[in-house]
Amino acid sequence: MKRSTRARRAHAQTILLPLLAIVTALILGGILIIVSDLQVIAAFTRIPRQVARPFTDPATQVSLEEALWRHPNEVIVGDAVDVGNRSLRVVEEVTDDRNQISLEEARKLYPELGPGVTIHYNFFQKPGVGLRAAWRSVSVAYSALFEGSIGNPGRMVRAVADWFRGDPSGLSAAFYPLSESLVTSTPYILTGLAVALGFRAGLFNIGAEGQYFVGGLASVFVGYSLKGLPIYVHLPLALLAGMVGGGLWGAIPGLLKAKTGAHEVINTIMMNYIAFALSDWLLNGPMMRPGGYRPISPEIEASARLPRFFGGDIRFHAGFFVALAMAALVYWLLFKTTIGFELRTVGANPHAARYAGMSLTKNIVLAMFLSGGLAGMSGANDITGLIYYMPNAFSAGYGFDSIALALLGRSHPVGVVLAALLFGTLRAGATRMQSVAQIPIDIISILQAMIIIFIAAPEIIRALYRLKRPRVQEPMPESDGDLAEGAPA
Amino acid sequence: MTAHPAIVDPAARRRSRALGVFLVLIGLMIYVFFVRSSTAGQLATFGMNPGRQTSALRIADVTLPVLTSLYIMSLLSVALGVAQLAWGFRRAEDVVLGLVALLLVLAFLTWAARDQSLNLVGILEAAVQRATPIALAALSGVLCERSGVVNIAIEGMMLTAALVSAVVGSVSGSLVIALVVAVLASGLLGALLAVLSIRYRVNQIISGTAINILATGATSFVSARFLAVYQHLNSPSKFPNWPVPLLSRIPIIGPAFFESNVIVYLLFVLLIVVHIMLYYTPWGLRTRAVGEHPRAADTLGINVYRVRYINVILGGMVAGLGGVFLVLGSVPRFDELMTAGKGFIGLAALIFGKWNPFGAFGASLIFGFTDTFQAKLQILRAPIPSQFLRMAPYLITMIVLAGVVGRAEPPAADGEPYEKQ
Repeated sequence: MKRSTRARRAHAQTILLPLLAIVTALILGGILIIVSDLQVIAAFTRIPRQVARPFTDPATQVSLEEALWRHPNEVIVGDAVDVGNRSLRVVEEVTDDRNQISLEEARKLYPELGPGVTIHYNFFQKPGVGLRAAWRSVSVAYSALFEGSIGNPGRMVRAVADWFRGDPSGLSAAFYPLSESLVTSTPYILTGLAVALGFRAGLFNIGAEGQYFVGGLASVFVGYSLKGLPIYVHLPLALLAGMVGGGLWGAIPGLLKAKTGAHEVINTIMMNYIAFALSDWLLNGPMMRPGGYRPISPEIEASARLPRFFGGDIRFHAGFFVALAMAALVYWLLFKTTIGFELRTVGANPHAARYAGMSLTKNIVLAMFLSGGLAGMSGANDITGLIYYMPNAFSAGYGFDSIALALLGRSHPVGVVLAALLFGTLRAGATRMQSVAQIPIDIISILQAMIIIFIAAPEIIRALYRLKRPRVQEPMPESDGDLAEGAPA
Repeated sequence: MTAHPAIVDPAARRRSRALGVFLVLIGLMIYVFFVRSSTAGQLATFGMNPGRQTSALRIADVTLPVLTSLYIMSLLSVALGVAQLAWGFRRAEDVVLGLVALLLVLAFLTWAARDQSLNLVGILEAAVQRATPIALAALSGVLCERSGVVNIAIEGMMLTAALVSAVVGSVSGSLVIALVVAVLASGLLGALLAVLSIRYRVNQIISGTAINILATGATSFVSARFLAVYQHLNSPSKFPNWPVPLLSRIPIIGPAFFESNVIVYLLFVLLIVVHIMLYYTPWGLRTRAVGEHPRAADTLGINVYRVRYINVILGGMVAGLGGVFLVLGSVPRFDELMTAGKGFIGLAALIFGKWNPFGAFGASLIFGFTDTFQAKLQILRAPIPSQFLRMAPYLITMIVLAGVVGRAEPPAADGEPYEKQ
């Protein structure tokens, strides 16, 4: 009995901890948004109020009585006074006579507080102003993030209602954010699966970026060089090419690890840079678009393109379902087949695996091939579903993000899909947050980094929220071998 | 590494044979790629004086007959390879490998400069400038990994220090303050890495990755939110070049190494200091012991955690110096993602240099060289795509790490979290 409650608590924490990590990261991100907002900083330090009689607008004015309560009855340094139709700042020594006025002259003009003088409060005198500015800053940012990632709920409901009345024109604009989120999530699902599969086999594939590149290159080559094929042959071929390309790129570090013990972390990083240089050469040489000067590949044939379901701006394409299918396949492979059992055993305890007669070499190479293949598939997916050609700056940092995904998803396909949906949604929404609230998109990276830290060091979260540490073996990766302990058995 | 000659390790024998074959292959490569595409009578001129006004003594430029020199270089590497196969160089293997690498570089230069002139000193100068941040990154890796903590966050630490140095340098107007604050900031990131990896025993690759993402995100965030608007926050001045008296007068070496700025000299000092500290002081012995066998070190009363904390924080500070160089030592402004993978090249240099300060510096110089060639290659219109040269450092690192030639072995406890019993 006792054991099962412990197990249940551990199980509850496997879900609770990631959620708390996300929430904590969002809270810290909000604090970052607030403290980096210059308007909020101004509202905390110098809150201007014009002394007015009669007093009508509490947002910019203050009554004489209230002003006198906080402020001595004469003009001091730091106030602003109206001279002519300009507002001049009162200073000890004038350095800029177009904006400043000396204390003596100001006191000659305004011996007492009264209309025409602007005084400044600090945060403690008017805490409401600062708090309101802070709230406005963070709520504008996060509601833009929400509208950019999911959509405006009211608008979506209205668009659906109009659609039922026979007017589908509003649909595409209302659901565009949601579609973009799913589109952005698709490569995350696949690269996250790639890293998760590696983790399960005790391998650290931080070269998803390079494998994504090579997968994209292989897929684009098949896409534009083969002509006249029907779509049901050409499209699978293009996707498969991406998978094989990325897989081989991943298998090389795997082979080196198995044969020579060279650590796959270093080798996958090196393979990343080799992939960038290779792609740069191919796009400037053999694969360059004929007649062009820019380093981009030719466009792929229509028969190699993943279908899109809706017209217009909606970029949602069948690749999302390909990614989900791959997640199901990875689940089946890892947990329902002998191959998966071997991979997990090698990851959990290589010595035991060897003792049981499993080939370490075979499993390491296979795991890296499959892992690279998933990352390559991700590149192929973006080529065949989104951009249709290979640009020189292709990837957007999936290599490192995917590690966060695998950690957050606890190396379980379902977890990875959920984590990828979260990250894709955040990324897509951040674009709108940037344009509406001028919050640089890079804040998403900061959130991701915090999520990784909180997930990888759950002690921090437990200390913050006063959670008890479960007695059951901690299902967190602490070293290479333990990474396979993603989900509780 | 220095096995007794009487004990024959089959793996070592295989490696020494592989090295011999590799050397012969390089010789053949020089023949196939370079000798066959040159014709008799071609001359290559190497400029031995810097293109600018310097205090270095001027020496005559060197003109080489291309074909003859290439033949000599090719034969020399083949001969060294055959000698390795026949007798083996044993402890001098690394030196011989370095020598042949140099031959390959020289052959390439000679071939590229046929019928033209190439300013050798100019290339060396540029290579040293490009090698400096890489070498500092590698030195940071030496400090961390020798104590058993893998630091893949060097990139992020450099980026952070670069940003901090640009802002502090612009605001305070003092380069020294900027340097100190930036180095402290990256030391703080080192402390974060240490706390995560040592106290919370987070997998070191994961904590390093998290710090990298955090640093790239945070620096780009600050840059986009503040520096793009307030440009005066991103206009520090630059460390001036200070020629070292006397040393800068040496031909070739003087202009390349001793007419640089303070950070380059700091690198030289750090190299010597770290080398002496690592191999000749109790601190170094403790560091290496903790990196090789923390349990044994603990039994002997060494505080494993403390050694690791100190080393990782110091490593962070050294990496930060590399970031400072990128801003205050070259282009005095911060750009988003300006490190462009230098932290990772530093890791490669660390491996290629076999976790030694001077080895890492040598490797960084070679990588700096290839980087410079790569730019030169396009100017010389050589028939080799420059991208292949860009791959070279990474390929070399993989080969070295795989132990095909010149095996590089990390400290035994590298990357292992330590739990006191």
